[in-house]
Amino acid sequence: MELDFSFLNWGVISSFVVKGFFFSIQLTLVAMVGGIALGTVLALMRLSGKKWLVLPASAYVNTLRSIPLVMVILWFFLLIPLLIGRPMGAELSAMITFTVFEAAYYSEIMRAGIQSVPRGQVHAGYAVGMTYGQTMQLIVLPQAFRNMLPVLLTQTIILFQDTSLVYAIGAYDLLKGFEVAGKNFNRPVETTLVAAVVYFIICFSLSMLVRRLQKKIAIIR
Amino acid sequence: MASWDWEVFCKNTIDGEVVPRCFGSGGDITYLDWMLSAWGWTLSVALLALIVALSVGSLMGIFRTTPNKWLVGIGNAWVELFRNIPLLVQIFLWYHVLPSIFPSLRAIPSFVLVVFGLGFFTSARVAEQVRAGIQSLPKGQRYAGLAMGLTLPQTYRYVLLPMAFRMVIPPLTSESMNIIKNSSVAFAVSIAELTMFAMQAQEETSRGIEVYLAVTGLYFISAFAINRIALFIEQRVQVPGMIGGAR
Repeated sequence: MELDFSFLNWGVISSFVVKGFFFSIQLTLVAMVGGIALGTVLALMRLSGKKWLVLPASAYVNTLRSIPLVMVILWFFLLIPLLIGRPMGAELSAMITFTVFEAAYYSEIMRAGIQSVPRGQVHAGYAVGMTYGQTMQLIVLPQAFRNMLPVLLTQTIILFQDTSLVYAIGAYDLLKGFEVAGKNFNRPVETTLVAAVVYFIICFSLSMLVRRLQKKIAIIR
Repeated sequence: MASWDWEVFCKNTIDGEVVPRCFGSGGDITYLDWMLSAWGWTLSVALLALIVALSVGSLMGIFRTTPNKWLVGIGNAWVELFRNIPLLVQIFLWYHVLPSIFPSLRAIPSFVLVVFGLGFFTSARVAEQVRAGIQSLPKGQRYAGLAMGLTLPQTYRYVLLPMAFRMVIPPLTSESMNIIKNSSVAFAVSIAELTMFAMQAQEETSRGIEVYLAVTGLYFISAFAINRIALFIEQRVQVPGMIGGAR
């Protein structure tokens, strides 16, 4: 078969793909910020040593980590409308799902990061009269964040790749944009190829940046 | 919310009548039959892809630790290529793009294409783990092997790999559990696996919660089973004196 990319001019890209691209970015950012916030809470709960905090947090993390993301997307798309009593758009549903889902993965990274800070630091905080909150906020978390920053960013690149799975509920993301463009011009093969190249360029350059950052941080330590 | 209705699994998939004893007969199938066959597809896709991933991934991981810069380059390129494209897009590439560029691939069933898609995607992760495992060995082991007059392949076969493979069992276990989860992406190219079943049965029966619960449960069981098998293998091949294959 002859490949023909000539139909892919800026007009086509801007009318089909750009909208999806922005949604993918938006979904990634929302899920990253929300997931890291919720993930920090979960990680602190699991490290608190109090049974009534540890158990629900572990159950949350372990459950979500053992279900395929596609199933989680489908679950939320089914359950949220039942709970709130009215239908919800695929895009909004995806944002809630990804925030909740990624929190489980981020929390595991945070937990490892927090555990990498020597215990003496916590004791030192208490010794100078700080409360638990102050010790965490001023001493442990800043160091932990720096240790785990590369891993958090790598997880975010994986998150960006996973946003393509909103295909299951028909949300309009980057991949969908290419798919619709391909259908309109009857060139689905070309648009899938271009989609792969675009994802590759984005993810490859981001992972190069993360690698560079990792080297920098390693020197500071 | 409406009450439970687990009888949905005993319904005939064509006329929606409840079948006694829940299993269809004479060519008719119930939703339970359909779900079990979907589970079979999920397990077959995942296990065959795992075989592809482990063999190709080990090879690429080994390439990346050799002194030959061409082999290292091939290994690195392989990992970057398959790690930086979303799995769903890779599955589409295998299913839509490759057969239209290479018409000879059209005769290959889509099941096989998905197995290779999922397998190559996972092979990049396996290659990372295998490389890390080999590099975590003391450099002296490699030199000792070469100094004794073993060739490079012999050094790998008799000195490096027996240790390295034992050390990467825990990370490979989690990759094996991931491959079960990731096989759910095959729904996008109409493989009749569990997620595909969940979507279609939900639509046909409007009993989404029961259907999704059952499917989620089967994913749990499958991943848990892999976990136990891997633990068993890990204990069987453990080197005395090493802490459970840990780093």
